Amino acid sequence: MAGPLLEIEDLKVDFRTDEGTVHAVDGVSLSLEAGEVLSIVGESGCGKSVTAMTILGLTRGPNARISGSIRYQGQELTTASNDELETVRGNRIAMVFQDPMSSFNPVHRIGDQIVEAILAHHDIEKEAAHRQAVEALRSVGIPDPETRARHYPFEFSGGMRQRAMIAMALALEPAILIADEPTTALDVTIQAQILELLQDLNQERGLSVVLITHDLGVVAEIAERVMVMYAGQIVEQGTLEEIFYDPQHPYTWGLMGSLTRLDQERPERLPQIGGQPPSLLGLPPGCRFRPRCPHAFDRCAELPGLEHRLAKEPGHLDRCWLEPSEKKEKREVEGRIGLEARKVSV
Amino acid sequence: MARFLVRRLLAMVVVLFAISVLTFLIFEAIPNGDPAVRLGGRSSTPETREAIRKDWGFDKPIYEQYAITMRKIFTGTVVSYSQQINVVDEIKRDLPATLSLAIGAGVIWLGFGILFGVISAVNAGKLTDTSLTVLSLIGVSTPVFLLGALVLWAFAYKLTIFPAGGYVPLTQDPWGWLTHMTLPWFVLSVLFIGFYSRVLRSNILDTINEDYVRTARAKGLSERRILIHHVLRNSLIPVVSLWGLDFAAVIGGGAILTETVFNLQGVGQYAATSIQQLDVPPVLVITMFGAFFVVVLSAAVDIVYALLDPRIRLSA
Amino acid sequence: MARGELLLEVSHLVKHFPIKSGILFDREVARVRAVDDVSFTLHEGETLGLVGESGCGKSTLCRTAIQLLEPTSGSVKYRGRELVGLSRRELRPLRREIQMIFQDPYSSLNPRKRVGQIIGDPLQLHGLASGNHLRREVQQLMDRVGLQPEHYNRYPHEFSGGQRQRIGIARALALRPKLIIADEPVSALDVSIQAQIINLLEDLQDEFNLSYIFVAHDLGVVRHVSDRIAVMYLGKIVERSPAVELYEQPIHPYSVALLSAVPIPDPKANAARRPIVLEGDVPSPVDPPPGCRFHTRCPWATEVCSEDEPPLAAYESGQAAACHHPRNVDAGMIAATEVAPDSPESASDLLPEPEQAAAAAR
Repeated sequence: MAGPLLEIEDLKVDFRTDEGTVHAVDGVSLSLEAGEVLSIVGESGCGKSVTAMTILGLTRGPNARISGSIRYQGQELTTASNDELETVRGNRIAMVFQDPMSSFNPVHRIGDQIVEAILAHHDIEKEAAHRQAVEALRSVGIPDPETRARHYPFEFSGGMRQRAMIAMALALEPAILIADEPTTALDVTIQAQILELLQDLNQERGLSVVLITHDLGVVAEIAERVMVMYAGQIVEQGTLEEIFYDPQHPYTWGLMGSLTRLDQERPERLPQIGGQPPSLLGLPPGCRFRPRCPHAFDRCAELPGLEHRLAKEPGHLDRCWLEPSEKKEKREVEGRIGLEARKVSV
Repeated sequence: MARFLVRRLLAMVVVLFAISVLTFLIFEAIPNGDPAVRLGGRSSTPETREAIRKDWGFDKPIYEQYAITMRKIFTGTVVSYSQQINVVDEIKRDLPATLSLAIGAGVIWLGFGILFGVISAVNAGKLTDTSLTVLSLIGVSTPVFLLGALVLWAFAYKLTIFPAGGYVPLTQDPWGWLTHMTLPWFVLSVLFIGFYSRVLRSNILDTINEDYVRTARAKGLSERRILIHHVLRNSLIPVVSLWGLDFAAVIGGGAILTETVFNLQGVGQYAATSIQQLDVPPVLVITMFGAFFVVVLSAAVDIVYALLDPRIRLSA
Repeated sequence: MARGELLLEVSHLVKHFPIKSGILFDREVARVRAVDDVSFTLHEGETLGLVGESGCGKSTLCRTAIQLLEPTSGSVKYRGRELVGLSRRELRPLRREIQMIFQDPYSSLNPRKRVGQIIGDPLQLHGLASGNHLRREVQQLMDRVGLQPEHYNRYPHEFSGGQRQRIGIARALALRPKLIIADEPVSALDVSIQAQIINLLEDLQDEFNLSYIFVAHDLGVVRHVSDRIAVMYLGKIVERSPAVELYEQPIHPYSVALLSAVPIPDPKANAARRPIVLEGDVPSPVDPPPGCRFHTRCPWATEVCSEDEPPLAAYESGQAAACHHPRNVDAGMIAATEVAPDSPESASDLLPEPEQAAAAAR
């Protein structure tokens, strides 16, 4: 099959609210190849979840305005009818969400909810669907799946529920799995299990994964390509190595710097990013990170385009006016990548 | 589930006992009064009162009085001294009217309450929703007797489409029964439809924003399936339990006003006239039966709730 | 860090929650052993980190230690004075010195109160300030935690998550406590804001000579702020070590697994590590496994582990761990261990064998 599996071009999503228009996603483009693991990283409000949900048309509503293009295997999704979207959802592109407790209907059994998904897309006997559901639970490592299928969500532990969620998403063998913060609500040992599971699924079944997270450790664990988002835009994207070892945007430096690393000595003071993420209601012109960036200069009053500025890394794009040589210099704070502290009133 | 059932039924028995004691105390043990006079009525003779005293055991210790009262009520031997009729027999005669009113209205108000609730929620914020909201508020605020009187005047007196009150048994004349019940059903339902549609609308709007509805959509389910199996299935649970309690209250005599306006000669009307005439025995018996009915139905409602919501039954 | 006076001494603290069930009357049928014989100390100016996963009992431990919950048994001494058994009136003056910061900045602030009120109420309650003086105190506190004093009259919903957490910190600081228990103070915040709050807490510790009990499930955060760390599993402390030693040489298998499960934000380093992925879920604290509670998930468990609860053994490095097959220790270290004086009463005194060190290579 030629061309990428999923292609998003200049996606913009605005929400009309009582206080004005929220520009949740402002010109995002990405492409996903078959079998690839792409991670979208950012903090709350950056637009990563809205982007993901818009792929499946879950943000459609009277107050939403969506423009741009989302193509799955050439099929345009932004203008697809509800019926067309319903065929794609779960079947070709599946999604798992952050909180597995609230993401399952509490009054239906887990097995029934998986069967429901299967029967929505395949015209088969209920018993056959039930068998498939049990198999799906087994394939994600849930012990005693026949009994477990008859249980209700509250009878599962957090890790099991997330596995069940993944089982349900994969029961129809979609080509793409979008995982929105799949491990954030879980303990670290359970997180390790889930990440291992996702990796196995990617490697054994060729499942493409779009992993949305704010945790760079999780990204380092399984991603192949990374997109960093801030205030509705992509501020940097590239391969895993490019982003981690040669980051080009001050926000990325700030994110990395503010992390604690268990394999290194602990720093005197955690380099932090001053200030707060901007409100998406009234965004100032120019670079959106400017109010919090200690390296801002006059050119930053003009919004930088997302371009590749490094000759040797054509896939590595960023939105920062600084020269590559300046970037190399400015991103080191006390021997590690970080953002210099700048007194910004909170 | 079995444990839940047993506990709930046992609790019900305890509450029934407590209610019986309370009712007994209110009617018969209030100090500064002669229960014989109360039961006999103002116009009763001293001989009647003496007979009452013997019959009901007012000279005996209080727990014996309680036992006697309960026995009289449940063996149907309570007599209205001023009317000279057996109270329980009278109640039996009046029950069909009350049941027709309650069941018919109950079905109507549940059905339309759900319908309007869903329409309101699905069209939230639009004109349909606003108009239905206004209508339900009018329904909730209009006193039943006012509405009843208006409706009678308009449809029975001015436009003689419907009969002007009274009750015709179903077994005697089905069509007559229907025409006689239509206006009372309407009047009694209006209040509840307004209330139920508001409650359901609010539940639906909450449920629609739940994460599991988003998951259902992400699975590719049709909007219809999502609405019925996920949104309604979960939003209706509180509505069902509400209905059980309201229905019990109506049967237990809560439709007093409606029955009186339409002269249906039901249990509620019987209670109303007895109160007017200060005839205590019927009021005592109706209170007891009414309370019992509510308690039993409330237990039934809890059990149904547990059947609908596994979290209740399994974490008990 | 120079150790000040002994501030808090918790000995063999137990908190069980009874589960009552029955047809007619409730009888106790089981207990949730949330905290099951835990001991630790805290000195002035020190930060004790408390880590563990959900259900390990760390939050219950904090609340029980400061008598927000009544202990089932055990002793808690604050500056030498026994807290268990004190009446609410007797505890009141002590509450000034011990404060708490909570995890969820969205639900831990009363949405109907103004920020100035939230911060100032403790001062008023204890009769420490009123009127204009109160207002000035509160505004000073707001400034100190990085909030704008002019926002004195705003409501919590007008602030972001990080700012609300700052409000919670200001509230805790108002009474100039000596000890602050921070229960997952940064878990609900974005990463970039977490760093701000952690730095703030550290600055405040220096300035006000505070002691912290810092509860968190993020091991990186805990390492950054703690001097010593206690690792909890199913209601017991399985390891207690100085921070540096815990991360360089974790002794208890659970600590090893926990640390190895944390992904490193560095692809090459991440690929090079060999994480131990534990099987299954954490057992229920209602019916904990016999012997060593971790044995059902431990990659190195043997028969003795399912029969004998290991004592908390003190090692020369200043670490203490309860395990029959300790990791990252050599024969010499094992030979020199002793049973720690505050080892749980239910544990045996079966110390590990030096021969096992050979098998315990990292």
